Amino acid sequence: MHQEERLMSLTLKVWRQKSPKDQGHFETYTVEKVSEHASFLEMLDQLNEQLIREKKDPIAFDHDCREGICGSCGFMINGEAHGPLKRTTVCQLHMRHFKDGETLTIEPWRAQPFTVLKDLMVDRTAFDRIIQAGGYISVDTGSAPDGNAIPIAKPKADWAFDNATCIGCGACVASCKNASAMLFLAAKVNHLVSLPQGQVEREQRVMRMVAQHDDEGFGACTSTGACEAACPKGIRLVAIAQLNRELLRAQFCYQEGSKEEGI
Amino acid sequence: MSQRLHSQVPSGPLETKWEKHKFEMKLVNPANRRKFEIIVVGTGLAGASAAASLGELGYQVKAFCVHESPRRAHSVAAQGGINAAKNYKNDGDSVYRLFYDTIKGGDFRAREANVYRLAEISTAIIDHCVAIGVPFAREYGGLLANRSFGGAQVSRTFYARGQTGQQLLLGAYQSLMRQVDRGQVQLLTRREMLDLVVINGRARGIIVRNLLTGELERYSADAVILATGGYSNVFFLSTNAMACAVTAAWRAFKRGAFFANPCFTQIHPTCIPVHGENQSKLTLMSESLRNDGRVWVPLKKGDTRHPNDIPENERDYYLERIYPSFGNLAPRDVASRQAKYRYDEGRGVGGKEAVYLDFRDAIKRLGKAVIAERYGNLFEMYEKITGENPYEVPMRIYPAPHYTMGGLWVDYHLMSTIPGLFVAGEANFSDHGANRLGASALMQGLADGFFILPYTVGNFLANVGFNDKVSVEHDAFREAEDRTRQELKRLISIKGNTSVDAIHKKLGRLMWDYCGMSRNREGLKKAIEGVRQLRELFWNEVYVPGELNEINPELEKAARVADFLELGELMCWDALEREESCGGHFREEHQTADGEAKRNDERFCHVAAWEYRGPVEKPVRHQEELVFENVKLTTRSYK
Repeated sequence: MHQEERLMSLTLKVWRQKSPKDQGHFETYTVEKVSEHASFLEMLDQLNEQLIREKKDPIAFDHDCREGICGSCGFMINGEAHGPLKRTTVCQLHMRHFKDGETLTIEPWRAQPFTVLKDLMVDRTAFDRIIQAGGYISVDTGSAPDGNAIPIAKPKADWAFDNATCIGCGACVASCKNASAMLFLAAKVNHLVSLPQGQVEREQRVMRMVAQHDDEGFGACTSTGACEAACPKGIRLVAIAQLNRELLRAQFCYQEGSKEEGI
Repeated sequence: MSQRLHSQVPSGPLETKWEKHKFEMKLVNPANRRKFEIIVVGTGLAGASAAASLGELGYQVKAFCVHESPRRAHSVAAQGGINAAKNYKNDGDSVYRLFYDTIKGGDFRAREANVYRLAEISTAIIDHCVAIGVPFAREYGGLLANRSFGGAQVSRTFYARGQTGQQLLLGAYQSLMRQVDRGQVQLLTRREMLDLVVINGRARGIIVRNLLTGELERYSADAVILATGGYSNVFFLSTNAMACAVTAAWRAFKRGAFFANPCFTQIHPTCIPVHGENQSKLTLMSESLRNDGRVWVPLKKGDTRHPNDIPENERDYYLERIYPSFGNLAPRDVASRQAKYRYDEGRGVGGKEAVYLDFRDAIKRLGKAVIAERYGNLFEMYEKITGENPYEVPMRIYPAPHYTMGGLWVDYHLMSTIPGLFVAGEANFSDHGANRLGASALMQGLADGFFILPYTVGNFLANVGFNDKVSVEHDAFREAEDRTRQELKRLISIKGNTSVDAIHKKLGRLMWDYCGMSRNREGLKKAIEGVRQLRELFWNEVYVPGELNEINPELEKAARVADFLELGELMCWDALEREESCGGHFREEHQTADGEAKRNDERFCHVAAWEYRGPVEKPVRHQEELVFENVKLTTRSYK
């Protein structure tokens, strides 16, 4: 039959912070009998159950689908966004990748625009405001032509899709020394500009979104590639190169007067 | 039929009902739309698309979600695809065929007119989603690709790799954010609806808890739309996301909205089995795996040998044995139930709730490369979660709760029994009858939000007018807020010794054992008793740490579990009183000689809609008779 379940005990140094104004500190916990089959979040659930039993405040962290697709979860494990496994969110990271007796340091995403709300929870609404600044195609419901009216070459559609897989988790920002959100921003700009439907608003979209990105306090990109290494969806650094080209192009082509009414 | 259950289905031939009705409904003058306020609770496919479309029309919309961003809603996790009767493949599909497949798939327990309208709208959904930039899969010629799904004989499913839900949700989310940008929609995130405010019999607002500050907030409107998803998490372990809850729908139920067919739940046959006590949720493996994988269990009880050491003649390929013509492709409800029977017989893998899904023969026949091309990403995902390589060892799978067909009762306008309260997406009961077909949940969510509510909500508002406003200072708001605060304070003040999760797990086990894949009278009665005891335990023994006015995830969970503890009992009552087997509802007393579901069309060709009668009294069961004028009721057979 299947091999015996391996159980481990771990020492966790977890960032605790009651509220955005609180200074915050690390606290050390021990969790025993962690199953190798548990996910990292299930291990934290186990620790929280233990804390509740001891009438202590459980650790707050964002999470929801636990299938690696909603983008809610994410924190640093020993200094790595989403932990040591490539292309994996913490909810899909299983404990079999850790050793018995290991000490793990867990802390929230660190970036000025991502205010720590409590413990490992951060405020990522800046991402929504970047999307709000043009990360869409302005088509009202009811006015669309037939879905097959405009053929799209498969490689283009595939490239659009590759960029569209971004889950908005914030790992790129957290792993960047400049706290830049360029990978997130590039993924959305490239997704939309790769499709014929996204051409109409091409210039104003990229200019507005980049301006919003900067206003939120995210840093500039210096092409170190840390974001690419941390991205659980495998969005590539080349996306930022395309973004830069789009921005440069827009700066030449874009005229105030051409701005569409109603945006 | 109950006096209060008017389906409002328009007269005339099926094919022209919606078209004709769109003309009959009243319109709101574009200049007057800004005078109306609409609340949308939930920002998944149904909620985001409704809020975006209503914003585009010029209404003042407030959109609420429990997440930090609308993009986190659980629609994001749907894998397979979205059906549409485009007939792009020239393979004989039509609106009527999609309608027929859906109504038959639901085992004839849905309204003809609603399902027809869904099929009719399906094509416009694809057009609109392409226009807003959803990157659907394409052929080399540049046109949209399709695949077949869930045993349908035509290829009508549009998809975006295995992430169709994510791409559609992002499309709807971006449309929503565009309206936020235009100032048409006000977005209120990290807010959980905890009560519905009803004034003079009409829904006039909601009470929400701000999950960051803990404060209770009041919002009033001319109409309220709930798009708050399903209730599979009553089982604790399900494929739903952690925050999925019945709370918004349940609080509306307690304010007078009828709850329809709560026992109609879908158990999906191919999920990764439970690994242990600390499991928090289950992960679905796409149904497409059953195209090449063979399902089996050891012939002998308690066989602990490695699966690869069990010879062919000591394996029981039970689906192929029982259903020679459909084999491993038997529909969801049937495949799930048969897996349960194997476990009940003591033949689950390792004595646990698991069966094998084996690709050995397919790899031998087609080669590893072909299997990798077809299922590579799923195999990878399986290995990530279980640590086992499915190319070498058979997968272990087991059914898990996945979707709830039941939900708040709505009429043809998607309006509940409370005027002004509309319900969309999985939260309503409308289109899937007793069993939902694959790739039709995304279709329904977007049909409701993009193409139905913008008309029917407008019709309602045109009839009530814009002069009848209420203030959040109204006594009804104060009463609802006070009641909500008291209940939350009570949860915190119990200070018992049991965690919320511990009780939720017990509830889940009880519902899974007695109101899951197979149900019987004795078991359901036992479950009703058990749920009541758990409710008692909960209100005496639960421990909720922290305070009301702070970020408090345990308090959020506690309030949701309190509602599941009430819903669980209603599900059992509904299952007990529906003395037939249909779709996902299998009553052991009602089966054919060879163990198949036996419907009772004489007595149960109706929707059961439950009315709340206070904390002590049992809810009252009302019936909406289902009239089939176009399709003939037949028995599903997969032998």
